Amino acid sequence: MEDPHRETRSIEQIRKSRNRVLALSLAAFVILVFFISIAKMS
Amino acid sequence: MTSTSPITEAGAAAPLPADWRDLFALTKPRVMSLVIFTGLCGLIAAPDRIHPVLAFTAILCIAMGAGGAAALNQWWEADIDAGMKRTAKRPLPQGRLDRTTARDFAGVLCAASVFLMGFAISWLAAAILAISIIYYAVIYTVWLKPRTPQNIVIGGGAGAFPPLIGWVAATGQISLMPVVLFAIIFFWTPPHFWALALFVKSDYAKVGIPMMPVVAGERSTRRQILAYAILLLPLSALPWWLPGHEHSGAVYGISALVLSTIFLLLSIRVAFRERTGPDDAMKPEKQLFGYSVLYLFALFAALVVDRFVVL
Repeated sequence: MEDPHRETRSIEQIRKSRNRVLALSLAAFVILVFFISIAKMS
Repeated sequence: MTSTSPITEAGAAAPLPADWRDLFALTKPRVMSLVIFTGLCGLIAAPDRIHPVLAFTAILCIAMGAGGAAALNQWWEADIDAGMKRTAKRPLPQGRLDRTTARDFAGVLCAASVFLMGFAISWLAAAILAISIIYYAVIYTVWLKPRTPQNIVIGGGAGAFPPLIGWVAATGQISLMPVVLFAIIFFWTPPHFWALALFVKSDYAKVGIPMMPVVAGERSTRRQILAYAILLLPLSALPWWLPGHEHSGAVYGISALVLSTIFLLLSIRVAFRERTGPDDAMKPEKQLFGYSVLYLFALFAALVVDRFVVL
């Protein structure tokens, strides 16, 4: 059984939303590493 | 290939690329919430304090590790999940995700969680996190689950690690208190899972997983649930009587006794009951399962509240 929300979404949309989540995760990781460095030095 | 080996067909037919929601579903978010909560409680209940950013990182690592292990579990058990009503709608059995993506996603999560924990917090915490991932993904999922009805008893150790990891992240060492917290979850797991197994018994039987009700029968499972519930009563109150500065106070002690007594009463109801027929709604078993989740949340919440309230 196909997920209903996926039937209405194109490959392009799915790829775009996945890339967005990936980009946000990477940005969050960089910010986290920055704050970890600050916390370790304090 | 055995019934527990991974399959490739379901994922290979996926017409669309993996949606991030399906990847997120692989991490078993509902189970992860309990893991995060108990890990956080272990970290807060510890006598030492760490920088809030490091505390957040430790919890993030526990969540990533648990999510990665859960994803590995779903990757390995895709064929079993497809045969069970409870799990058939997961992304892999439904073919919404290809198996290679699931495996790679799980691997990245597990590796990232261990290394981040090691570099940012401590390598002891990272080592325990790595052990917990291997325990769940390999010892429980691959080895124990398809082979023995004691799968959930031994495998219960996997879910018991988070408060220990949280504690070690805060203090840098293993002491008696986190070991007791580990033991509480370890002995809570069998009655929690067997209550579930009683009302989804036919599902497990269908896919050949030797859960206790399938192998030993319902009567034996019910009595074993009671045995663990009896054991849990004094064990849950043990942090109240621990020597030294780590012990909990009356807030935790009284909460533990009340919560565990209710757990015991619900278990007694399940223990001395028999299925009335194929249409039995299994209400007492479902109530015990639901309460067991609430029990663990409430018990660990009491542990944290106890740190800040003095009676």
